[in-house]
Amino acid sequence: MGHHIAVEAEQYVFKPETKRKIFILIGVGLVVFVLGLIMAMNSGSAGHGEGHASAEISKSLVASAEVSAEPAAAEEHHGSATWLKRLYTSLWMNNIYFVGLGIVGLFFVCIQYAAQAGWSSGMQRVAMAMGRWIPIAGLLTIGLWFLVSGDLFHWTHHDVYEGEAADKILTKKAPYFFWPLHAGSFPIFYIVRMVLFFGLWYWFFLAIKKRMEAEDLDADTQHWYKSRSLSAWFLVFFAVSSSVAAWDWVMSIDAHWFSTMFGWYVFASWWVTGLAFLAFTVASLKDAGYLKIVNSNHLHDLGKFCFAFSIFWTYIWFSQFMLIYYANIPEETVYFIERMRTSPYSWIFYTNLILNFVLPFLLLMTRDAKRQISMLRVVTPIIMVGHWFDFYNMITPGVMKYEGSLGLLEIGLFMIFMGAFLFVVLNGLTKLPLIGKNHPMLQESLHHHI
Amino acid sequence: MDANKNFVVGIFDDEDILLEGVEKVRDNGVKIHEVYSPFPVHGLDEALGYKRSRLPMAAFLFGMTGTSLALTMQIWMLGYDWPMIIGGKNFASLPPFIPVTFELTVLLAALGMVATFMIVSDMKPYKWPRQFDLRSTDDKHVMAIDLALNAGKSKEDIKRILKEAGASEANDKNFD
Repeated sequence: MGHHIAVEAEQYVFKPETKRKIFILIGVGLVVFVLGLIMAMNSGSAGHGEGHASAEISKSLVASAEVSAEPAAAEEHHGSATWLKRLYTSLWMNNIYFVGLGIVGLFFVCIQYAAQAGWSSGMQRVAMAMGRWIPIAGLLTIGLWFLVSGDLFHWTHHDVYEGEAADKILTKKAPYFFWPLHAGSFPIFYIVRMVLFFGLWYWFFLAIKKRMEAEDLDADTQHWYKSRSLSAWFLVFFAVSSSVAAWDWVMSIDAHWFSTMFGWYVFASWWVTGLAFLAFTVASLKDAGYLKIVNSNHLHDLGKFCFAFSIFWTYIWFSQFMLIYYANIPEETVYFIERMRTSPYSWIFYTNLILNFVLPFLLLMTRDAKRQISMLRVVTPIIMVGHWFDFYNMITPGVMKYEGSLGLLEIGLFMIFMGAFLFVVLNGLTKLPLIGKNHPMLQESLHHHI
Repeated sequence: MDANKNFVVGIFDDEDILLEGVEKVRDNGVKIHEVYSPFPVHGLDEALGYKRSRLPMAAFLFGMTGTSLALTMQIWMLGYDWPMIIGGKNFASLPPFIPVTFELTVLLAALGMVATFMIVSDMKPYKWPRQFDLRSTDDKHVMAIDLALNAGKSKEDIKRILKEAGASEANDKNFD
C-alpha cells in the first residue's frame, strides 16, 4: 500500500464528570457494602437449619475423602465468625478477579509485540493503562493475605500437621508452601513466590512503559525490537507464574483437592475478562470521541477475541468438569458436589455457563454484532459479570461451605473495587498520549481491513 | 449475442489503480463480469459492489444439524436402544455426549460449508476454469467484461472506458 495516512495526536482528558461518576460508583458501593455487612452481622446463625440437610450431604461425601477424623468439627474451632469469614472471602475473591484484569492488560500488549501484530497498535495504550493496577494489586494481595489466610487457607494452620490426627494429604503437600522451613511455620516459599510474581510483572510493565515513553520522543524503531524481546521473556514467565498463582491463590483454598487444568482455568477466566474490559473501554473511548484511528475493523478483532476466548474458557471448564464427572473419584468429585448441590453455588454454577458461554456465543456470533459499539457494550459487561460469578464459585464454597451467600456485601465490594480499578486505569490513560504516534506499525493499523 | 462468450479484458498493473479503475468503469455504466488478481486486494469486493456471502448462515444451519443429529443419535442409542450402565451414570447423561456432539457439529458445519461453496460457485469435477489472461497468476490484475451484458455499448466504447480508467491494455477474448 502506497499511501501514508496522517495521525492526529490524542490525549485523554480525565474529566471531572467522569471522576464524579466513578466516585458515585464507589460511594454507592460503600453504602451497599456497609448495608450488606450489617445484615450479615445480624443474621447470626440464620440459615443454619435450612443448610443442615446439604451439610449432611457434603459431610458424608467429604468423609470418604478426608483423612483426618472429624474435619468439620475441628475447623469450626479456629474459624472467625461467619460474617467475618464472608467478608474475608469476598475481599480475596474480588482482589484476585482484579489482579487478573490488571495483568491481562500487560499480557495483551506483550502478545501483540511478540506476534508482531500491527492491527492493535492504536489501542495499545489502553491495554497498557490496565497494567497500572499491577502494583496496587500486588500490595493488596500481600496485605490481604496476612489478614485472611487463617480463615481462607486451611493449610496455614500448624495443628493440621501435628500429632496423631495429622492430615496426611497436607503433610505431603507442605513443602510446596513451607520449604525450607518445617510444615506449619511461616509459608516462606509461598510468600516469596507471591512477591516475586508481582515484582517481576511490575518490572516488565515498567520496562515496556519506559520504551513507549522513549519511542514517543525519538521515534527509534529500536524501542519496538527491545519491547518485543521483553514481551517474549514476559510471556515465558507469565506462562509459569499465572499457573502457579492460580494454584497458590485459588486452588490451595481447597487444599485436599487438585486439578491439573486449574492453572489454565484461572488464566482463561482472567484473560477473557481482561479482553472484555479492554473491548468495553475501547468502545466507550471511541463513543466519547477518542481513538479516531480505531474503526469497526479493530472492534471486529476485539469482538472476535471476546467470542473466541469465551469458547476457550468453556472448553477448559468442560475439560475439567467432564474428566472429574466421568472418573467419579470421591476426592475429586466433592469439589463439584459442593458447587452443584448447595445454595447459592448451584444457581451460580449454571448461571456461570449461561453468562460466559451461551450468551457471548450467540450474541457475538455474527459479523455485524462484533463490529458495533452498541453490541460490544452489551456483551462485554455480561462477560465481566459472568466471570465474577466464576471466581465467586471458585473461591467461596471452599471457605464458606454451606454457609455461603451472595448478597449486598459481595456486590458492594465489587462496585468499590471496580470504581478503584476504573479510576486507576483512566488516570493512567492521561499519563501517556492515547496513541503512540511513533509506533512502527501504526500505519498497518490504519490500513487494517477485514 | 450469447452471454459468457465474448469478452473485453482490461489489464491493470497496480492495485490502487485497479481499485479506482473498478469504480470508474462502474460509474460509466459498464457491468463487470469478474476481476482476477494474483493476491487478495482489500476493498475490491466493496468496489465491485458484491453483497456479503451468506455462507456463514449455511455453516450455522449445518452446525445445528450436526448438534441435533449427534444428540439424537447418542440419546437414542444409549438411552433407549441399548442402555448400558457406565460408571453408575444415568443411561442418557449429557456430559459424556458433549465431545461427540462438538465433533459432529464441527464436521457437518465444515463439510456442509465446503459443499455449499462448491455448488454455489459451480466448481464441479472436471470443470476447468477459463483463463482470461495468464498474467493474472503472476503480476497483473485482470478485469473481464462480458459484451453480451453490456449490449448498449460498443466494444470500442468499453475499451476506451477501460483505458481511461487506468488499464494498461484492453484486449479481446472469445471463448467458443
